[in-house]
Amino acid sequence: MTLAEKILAAHSGKDKVSPGELINVRVDLVLSNDITAPISIREFERLGVDRVFDPHKIVLVPDHFTPNKDIPSAIQAKMTREFARAQGTLYYEVGRVGIGHVLLPEQGLVLPGDVVVGADSHTVTYGALGAFATGMGSTDIAVAMATGEVWMRVPPTIKFVYHGKPREWVGGKDLILHTIGDIGVDGATYMAMEFHGEAIAGLPLSGRFTMANMAVEAGAKAGLFRVDDKTLEYVTPRAGRPFTSYESDPDAQYERVVEYDISNLEPQVAFPHLPSNVKPVSQARDIKIDQAVIGSCTNGWLEDLQVAAQILAGRQVHPEVRCIIIPGSQQVYLEALKEGLVESFIQAGAVVSAPTCGPCLGGHMGVLAPGERAIATTNRNFVGRMGHPQSEVYLAGPAVAAASAVLGRIASPEEVLS
Amino acid sequence: MKLKGKAHKYGANVNTDVILPARYLNVSDPQELAKHCMEDIDGEFLGRMRPGDIIVATANFGSGSSREHAPTAIKATGISCVIASSFARIFFRNAINIGLPLLECAQAAEVTDMGDELEVELARGEITNLTKGLKFQAKPYPEFMLELIEKGGLIEYTKQRLATGRS
Ligand code: SF4
Repeated sequence: MTLAEKILAAHSGKDKVSPGELINVRVDLVLSNDITAPISIREFERLGVDRVFDPHKIVLVPDHFTPNKDIPSAIQAKMTREFARAQGTLYYEVGRVGIGHVLLPEQGLVLPGDVVVGADSHTVTYGALGAFATGMGSTDIAVAMATGEVWMRVPPTIKFVYHGKPREWVGGKDLILHTIGDIGVDGATYMAMEFHGEAIAGLPLSGRFTMANMAVEAGAKAGLFRVDDKTLEYVTPRAGRPFTSYESDPDAQYERVVEYDISNLEPQVAFPHLPSNVKPVSQARDIKIDQAVIGSCTNGWLEDLQVAAQILAGRQVHPEVRCIIIPGSQQVYLEALKEGLVESFIQAGAVVSAPTCGPCLGGHMGVLAPGERAIATTNRNFVGRMGHPQSEVYLAGPAVAAASAVLGRIASPEEVLS
Repeated sequence: MKLKGKAHKYGANVNTDVILPARYLNVSDPQELAKHCMEDIDGEFLGRMRPGDIIVATANFGSGSSREHAPTAIKATGISCVIASSFARIFFRNAINIGLPLLECAQAAEVTDMGDELEVELARGEITNLTKGLKFQAKPYPEFMLELIEKGGLIEYTKQRLATGRS
């Protein structure tokens, strides 16, 4: 069995499951946010159930439009908060909240071998820890909150192997953009992606989170990594309960195996309006930008801010660029402060915001006007994603985004450093 | 059930951000959401569509965010069903859960043009393009999903399941 199949078998009381099989899965954690929870709550109430199945396995994270951007958002956040209080579920208030997909691993709420479902498509992020994590809609999540179970079809798995050592400034974002550019935005629809290879072994956890995060941009149901020493180093001090590390069998059946040699891969940029519209940064130069956003659940980790600071420290953001930096969580913010990264950003002329989804989905904290163009370390560049439908988003890793902020056009880090 | 209406035709990768832009996700009332349905891909959709009409698109309809607001908005406009070459995973689940019928049929999706008159026999998955005089067969639903649809969506299905103590 593959990693995904093993976790699903263990959570459905079976010795073995096969792709295509319909199973009922016991979940270890259920997530919803300030946008999706209000509908989940409404549907939960329609079920006629009084209590959630286990308040310690439900976490509500107001991360999208908070700190509340307007009155309707405040009403939705209030509804979410009141439900959390009444049911005694886990809940993180502004001041403690971060973007859910950064916060939950950091708080030790997701552990290897878990099954996690969330009313947010980027729930797939937790696959970086060797968990089976997938996004669903609010109604599915309402049922999961009530019963602790979801129905699921066992997905086939595609295995991706990355050979070689990445060049300087090439990180998880570049590997996953390259992959999506290759297989397309529906290249893994209904499937699990399993990531292997020398380049993956060398990747920090943050880079693995970035890659798992964007598995959904290829249509995947989950993106999984095997548990290694780096995973255990991250997870062990945070884990408040036992966990199981599963590993794919040597004779596991894969839908297909895709191999890349990434030794010569340049930093990647996804052009509007699809994450699969990917080109190497050398083919993206001379594109003028109005805004650079560094953050989100894709690249809002401490290591991402460290990379951005390597480029921004001692330099100035281009006078015609708004550079917005959003740490993924309060913990990341605090660490960045202690390491002097925040000071470097402010001295460079960037703004550093409280953790929030904000501009990533065109919510607030940096929405684009018609005709404006942004480079962002986020995960989607669909029409209107960061604001007006006539604005444009280019996706890249933190190194390219920071270099572009300095030069006022899409640029590789080498151009700034030389 | 027979559905009949005009086709509103789109291409590949129609994502949930263009079906319902995130700037409108600060509310969750279906009628409010319906006022912005398809706004970022087709500003004339709401003015042109009539209840009963059908959205037709090619591959990967509903990709992107998990927002259930997207199928909810489509349903609340009065669109009777969506026909596409293929659907994104979460959108497919969401639509079935809330009772918006979807039909997967690449041939029908490809030959249908904007404004074609369509007829759909839902239970049998038959699609007729009346304008072009062509008949198609959509991919059948798995049995479990048929049961979900028959029970009236996931909430009704789960209610019954809980009542019979199967959980
Ligand atoms: S940061 Fe962006 S992609 Fe991530 S959860 Fe928030 S809105 Fe979604």
